[in-house]
Amino acid sequence: MLAFHFRMLLVAGLLAATPFCARSTHAATPESYDPWPGLVQDIFNNRQIADGSGIIGVEMPYRAEDAAIVPVTLRVKLPPTDNRRVVAITLVIAQNPAPMAARFELGQDSSVSEISTRVRVNSYTDVHAVAELSDGKLYATKTYVKASGGCSAPAAKNADEAKARLGQIRFRQFAKPTEGPQNGVREAQIMIGHPNNSGLQMDQLTRLYIPAFFINELRIWQDDALVLAIQGGISISEDPNIRFSYVPNGAKRIRVEAKDTEGHVFQNDWKVDNSGI
Amino acid sequence: MIYCSLSLVVAFTLGAAPAFAQKQQNALPVREIVPGIFVHTGATEMMTQDNEGAIANVGFIIGNDAVGVIDTGGSVREGEQLLAAIRARTDKPIRYVINTHGHPDHVFGNAALQGNGTQFVGHKNLPRALAVRGQFYIDAFRRIMGEDLIGKGRLVPPTILVDDALTLDLGGRSLTLRAWPTAHSDNDLTILDEQTGTLFGGDLVFLEHVPVVDGSIRGWLKVVDALSAISVMRVVPGHGPVSSWPGALVDERRYLDILATDVRALIADGKAIGVAADTAATSERSHWKLFDDYNARNATAAFSEFEWE
Repeated sequence: MLAFHFRMLLVAGLLAATPFCARSTHAATPESYDPWPGLVQDIFNNRQIADGSGIIGVEMPYRAEDAAIVPVTLRVKLPPTDNRRVVAITLVIAQNPAPMAARFELGQDSSVSEISTRVRVNSYTDVHAVAELSDGKLYATKTYVKASGGCSAPAAKNADEAKARLGQIRFRQFAKPTEGPQNGVREAQIMIGHPNNSGLQMDQLTRLYIPAFFINELRIWQDDALVLAIQGGISISEDPNIRFSYVPNGAKRIRVEAKDTEGHVFQNDWKVDNSGI
Repeated sequence: MIYCSLSLVVAFTLGAAPAFAQKQQNALPVREIVPGIFVHTGATEMMTQDNEGAIANVGFIIGNDAVGVIDTGGSVREGEQLLAAIRARTDKPIRYVINTHGHPDHVFGNAALQGNGTQFVGHKNLPRALAVRGQFYIDAFRRIMGEDLIGKGRLVPPTILVDDALTLDLGGRSLTLRAWPTAHSDNDLTILDEQTGTLFGGDLVFLEHVPVVDGSIRGWLKVVDALSAISVMRVVPGHGPVSSWPGALVDERRYLDILATDVRALIADGKAIGVAADTAATSERSHWKLFDDYNARNATAAFSEFEWE
């Protein structure tokens, strides 16, 4: 038999502290309660929101296979004949403890038409995408996601590793220009190593909850022109990952700056690779 | 926009009166696989109201002085039935309840075995896993299995933590516990009965039930290598039949290898994460039960891990 090093930790009087979120009581049964009207008030100041099915699309798998990593794609569908543009898109996961997952501000001349990221999904929920147009009008569309089954949970799988790569930023470009569509659209991806901690984690020594610790601001530029500015929350998955399409403006560099709730600033920039991946 | 508040709930008290219901419970069917080791083979299904959460393998080992329980099942009712099965065979005290990891099908029965000085034993990361995920699991499974089986839901965290390895004694019978690096989960623990060469592998070992990646696929592949070097006679896997060693690892290793190869190829090719969920490891479908319940999830988790290679 292998010779093991023995070590035993005795923990007496351990308290199991149970996280409790104000909204989770409403999530006990599917469709028992629609938080949307309240969210329109909280997030959008009760502004009028029109049907956005022809303006904005939100795509997710019907079932959240892994509650901690649910892919979501936002697609701008505004017809070319419409002379307005999409200024921002807000992603709202209605039944999550922090429903406002992210707000994406689209750079004026970036022609961002598609944004994909990954979110945590706690329960059966509507997911709303609300587009704000350049005339100030709001348009919403939504999809429905079933909760995952089994032992899946919207929590870190490997919390220690996530902490270890804190602040690393990776950039990747897809599709060589010669292979891209005629309109010159490119696709790129930004990954940031960050636990994006929900604040529901307990410190084993102090028995206190570690405060929420997440990326709350992320900006992407082509040289000095903004491509995307993102405000994020704890519904964004660990290691925030943004894949987006845009139209290059001839810039030589892509630049990224991220800030988290503890005031860390993470920056990096990359030469635009015209040869593609 | 964050409305979260935290409220602390005292989830258990040491030395309190036994928590299990005093009413008569049917004994969980168990089989004595070698002298003194009893195993209930869980149904290879998702946890439902009908199966009362009894989907994982649970067992107990009887020594000269005391009993050690390994996992307690997916509901307090299963834990009560496990207790009835123990009491039908011995009146020795239950000295230890050992959890192989923190997933609901392995720990939800803990509350039924509390009291009379029983110590709960787990991986050093188990308390964190229960703290972070516990309430979510209780809410989710209350929805699926109903109030009767889940009720208020009370999770019992370990009082003895295993940092690396630990030997427990049941009286003339030693159990060697080993805590593993992140693999199936970040709190996997194995238990070896030295006397009979029987390894309780927890969910580091799946047979028939498709493996579930809830930790690190890269870590798991390394742990499979390390496990296969251990010299034992047989394994009680977390799911699937008691099997000979190390042959029990063959199917699991093949699945994890194919999943890793497929996902790495998709990433190299610039494909989106959703493509992995739809296509990775689908060549394995015919070899496993519950494949469609877990494979897309495994592929999603593997994709987000391999992207950082």
